[in-house]
Amino acid sequence: MGEIWEGLVAGFWLVITLDADLVAITLRSLHVTLTAVMIASAIGLPFGAWLAIQRFRHRRATIALLNALMGLPPVVVGLIVYLLLSRSGPFGVFGLLFTPTAMIIAQVIIITPLIASIAHQAIRDVWAEYHDLLLSLSTSKWQRIKTLLWDGRRALMTASLAGFGRAIGEVGAIMIVGGNIDNATRVLTTAIALETGKGDFALALGLGFILIGLAVTVNLVIHTIGQTEREGKW
Amino acid sequence: MVTPILPMTLQGGVVKRRGKTVLGPVDLTVSMRGFTIFLGPNGSGKTTLLRALHGLERLATGQIAWQVPLAQAQLEQAFVFQTPIMMRRSVRDNLAYPLRLNGTSKAQATAAAEDWAERIGLSQFLDQPAPQLSGGEKQKLALARALIRTPQILFLDEPCANLDGRATREIETILKDAQASGTRILMATHDIGQAKRLADEVVFLMHGKIIESAAAATFFAGPASPQAAQLLKGDIVE
Ligand SMILES: Nc1ncnc2c1ncn2[C@@H]1O[C@H](COP(=O)(O)OP(=O)(O)OP(=O)(O)O)[C@@H](O)[C@H]1O
Ligand SMILES: [Mg+2]
Repeated sequence: MGEIWEGLVAGFWLVITLDADLVAITLRSLHVTLTAVMIASAIGLPFGAWLAIQRFRHRRATIALLNALMGLPPVVVGLIVYLLLSRSGPFGVFGLLFTPTAMIIAQVIIITPLIASIAHQAIRDVWAEYHDLLLSLSTSKWQRIKTLLWDGRRALMTASLAGFGRAIGEVGAIMIVGGNIDNATRVLTTAIALETGKGDFALALGLGFILIGLAVTVNLVIHTIGQTEREGKW
Repeated sequence: MVTPILPMTLQGGVVKRRGKTVLGPVDLTVSMRGFTIFLGPNGSGKTTLLRALHGLERLATGQIAWQVPLAQAQLEQAFVFQTPIMMRRSVRDNLAYPLRLNGTSKAQATAAAEDWAERIGLSQFLDQPAPQLSGGEKQKLALARALIRTPQILFLDEPCANLDGRATREIETILKDAQASGTRILMATHDIGQAKRLADEVVFLMHGKIIESAAAATFFAGPASPQAAQLLKGDIVE
């Protein structure tokens, strides 16, 4: 019990004093995850919106596949990215393994389906609401897409935030492809795993506080957006 | 002066839902001027017919002919739905939206939106999200948004259902003004009193078919069909 208490106090202290290691690791985490979220959003949001309004042959199958991809175990994604990027793999020549880029790639693969799926549902809802009106006003396809994306923007932001929440807390895949190298690829989650293993609870808990803080903030923002949307306030 | 899209004719129009005929066959001619009211019990096909005329329902058979090509005719029509569709935007942006679509400048569209808000008494709500308005305010907004492009023909699907007397009167005033400035109006309603106040022409529907179509004066003086007579007497028509 005493050890945990001491760890809590020390961890808290590290956060208060902005410990250099802690700050570096946090910034790296944010860099990797935010980059991944931006790329995944750039792919997932338009794709989700397109799925919601475009009728095509294998639409249902595509949506089912998307939902299945959402459930991909991150560790397996890590393994596959590892194999692809390893020296003997097809993309080995780029020497990306054990770099932040590799971690970004893994995270993009993990969260793009999630973002696309949430975006799809959101835009589908707006489309159902607006369908008759947009047809009645004889809008062009492009005008429809613009209108739906704009009026669904809060829901789309929620999709990106959900992607952020998933990516920032992910450990399995980035451990495999990043290698948890000090000063290079060590991020919040992998550092916590390492420090816990080493028995250095102070740093692990300090990092944990930050991670929890980020996760809680993201969820609060998602909740607030949902609330304003429901109450029709914006 | 824009080219008139009316008169318009529907010939042998049939609408099916899951293989079942819910409308038709229906023949109808919409003349250049006037106010047509569609009467009929629930499920008689009023909504379906209005939607079909506006091009929102696929005709299983039959055709609609306007005086101009369809794409051109569509731009001169507007529809007010039974449940008003409020875009997730401010009242101002809801009103301006149809104008922005056809390339009107933002300044002009906003000015027109503000004029209309004034006319329908929603000026104080311009910056409010439209979904927050009351039912009657939503109906007025939907109507103003439909009229803002000054359509040649306006379809209304029970725009005054659930509205109180004052809101109904406001809407009727706007409709009469629109008619006076040349908009052809086709409206479904359950309200016989409203039909008497507004109609030039009455179309009476049952089971997806037109039972009777007559000048309002004739219809209300003595309808040809026993079902319409029943309806006017205040009996329940099924
Ligand atoms: N989406 C649908 N699927 C199947 N049947 C439908 C659908 N919409 C309408 N119908 C049927 O089509 C028929 C005509 O409906 P419509 O809505 O046109 O009637 P209405 O005269 O507008 O009735 P109300 O006065 O209740 O608005 C009804 O029998 C209805 O059950
Ligand atoms: Mg109806």
